[in-house]
Amino acid sequence: MKTDDQNVNWVKEPRLGPAGRSYLLLFLQGLTTTLRHLFRRKKTVQSPEGRHESPDPLIYRGVHRLNRDDQGRVKCVACFLCATACPAYCIDIVAAESPWPDREKYAQSFTIDELRCIFCGMCEEACPVNAIELTSLYDLSGKSREEMIFDQEKLLSVFDQTNATEPM
Amino acid sequence: MLEPLLKIVVLIAGLMTAAAYLVLVERWIAAWVQDRLGPNRVGIPLTKIRLFGLGQPVADGVKFLFKSELTPGHVDKALYFLAPAAIFIAASAAFAVVPFGGAIPASWFPVSWGITEPIPLIVAPALDVGMIYIVAVGSVAVYGVVLGGWASNNKYSLFGALRSGAQLISYELPLGLGILGVVLATGSLRLDTIVAHQAQSGAWNAWTQPLGFAVFCVAAFAEAARLPFDLPEAEQELVGGYHTEYSGIKLMMYLVAEFLHMILAAFLIVILFLGGWHLWGLTGPGNAAAWPVFLLRIVVLLAKVMGVILFFMLARWSWARFRYDQLMVIGWKVMIPWGMVNLVVVAVWLEYGNNMAAPWNLSGNQCMALIGWMALLVSWLVTVWFDPTSDDNRPLRADSSTARGIPQP
Repeated sequence: MKTDDQNVNWVKEPRLGPAGRSYLLLFLQGLTTTLRHLFRRKKTVQSPEGRHESPDPLIYRGVHRLNRDDQGRVKCVACFLCATACPAYCIDIVAAESPWPDREKYAQSFTIDELRCIFCGMCEEACPVNAIELTSLYDLSGKSREEMIFDQEKLLSVFDQTNATEPM
Repeated sequence: MLEPLLKIVVLIAGLMTAAAYLVLVERWIAAWVQDRLGPNRVGIPLTKIRLFGLGQPVADGVKFLFKSELTPGHVDKALYFLAPAAIFIAASAAFAVVPFGGAIPASWFPVSWGITEPIPLIVAPALDVGMIYIVAVGSVAVYGVVLGGWASNNKYSLFGALRSGAQLISYELPLGLGILGVVLATGSLRLDTIVAHQAQSGAWNAWTQPLGFAVFCVAAFAEAARLPFDLPEAEQELVGGYHTEYSGIKLMMYLVAEFLHMILAAFLIVILFLGGWHLWGLTGPGNAAAWPVFLLRIVVLLAKVMGVILFFMLARWSWARFRYDQLMVIGWKVMIPWGMVNLVVVAVWLEYGNNMAAPWNLSGNQCMALIGWMALLVSWLVTVWFDPTSDDNRPLRADSSTARGIPQP
């Protein structure tokens, strides 16, 4: 490096105070910190036996669910906002004429590829009718790729499973 | 003939087991300090018995043995194979003169074995230059490091090796100065004599020569390349230092050698400065033949060594690594002067000590400890005042207001 380069902003190391210069006080400080942590209660969750509990399951971004309305029908109105917002293109919706009077369209098929999903929660943000939500289930697994493509039935069953602990 | 061989077998087996289990202890301490649990699953293979993870070293060892061992095409083959062997052999050979307690009395053996003299728990008991031997063999470790980095034919390995070589050579001087003070006070280079001398007077060298103790501890940390002096490896900064290109069993030899260095450093700290097997009231001076004393000495020695090793491991998580220039400044501008002050204090004390102690009605050791602690305090305050570690060693700009008269081109 050229020492006379005017474009280089030359910063001098700030001088330490007496505690820093003597090192001994910082030495003791560091040692007491580690000693305190040595005997502290451990944070580890022993996974297969114990389960991680989310501090707030309502904001956790786990597996999706499709909410039902009070009549047990799927709330989705097939507006495609979630599929548009999805950065991973993992939502696939086939819309059809609604058989019910309260909306024009409904989702004939609604599939989410959980393997492509990045669990960003944008679909939940985008949904105008609170139909799609992310639950606190985090340990999903499957034996095949096809099994991990969740259709409407499966997403509704996730709702049935989590509705008691995580209300809409 | 059989006796030394037996000792060597026991020593090597013990050291390897100790190194393997110290890896586990290291991982436990690392985990506990970070509020984690650490390895606690591996127990007896093929069963569900966990034993708090005590089977982990076996799993680690098997993993290392079965790992693919890759020799890169661009290395210098002969040196590449020689380097880990050199560091490993040097690290284990240094233990030849370390006493692991007292001596087994001859009367404990059946008469038909024909043993007439007590058997000391040292592999090479009659070596009168023990301390020099350890320093000499210990410096071979630099070869392992530098050769490993050079033979790897990789610039990052070479960087690591150069940093490491400079560090190890720099800190051998304060290490030697720390040892010299003790050797001067004891009048012997034999480790068992040094322990016996401390046991005789009841005052450990750490008490009478605190300055030497501080210098030796810092130098031992640096020689063992432990944090805050672990610049050779510096996991987070360098790729892995001098052993970047090593894998499989050769890497394991490097890692085991590191742990052997740490064990050796702990043994030396305990033997030279913390009284070895001596503990007031429990294990007195003299070569007591009673078996409780014999066993207690081993237990006391190993407990002290374990304590020092635990301190080594805690230190790893307590303090940040020094910058490279700080490392050199601490070695050359702080530790070597401190070591020299200590040496002078001890030498002056040995020459004029008895005359000085008499008028104050103090015992020799009390007076020496007083002077030693005063020397430590003064040296420390002088160091704090002049603060060599925060010196900015970079060249200064000509127009800089802080230029210290350095001629600029």
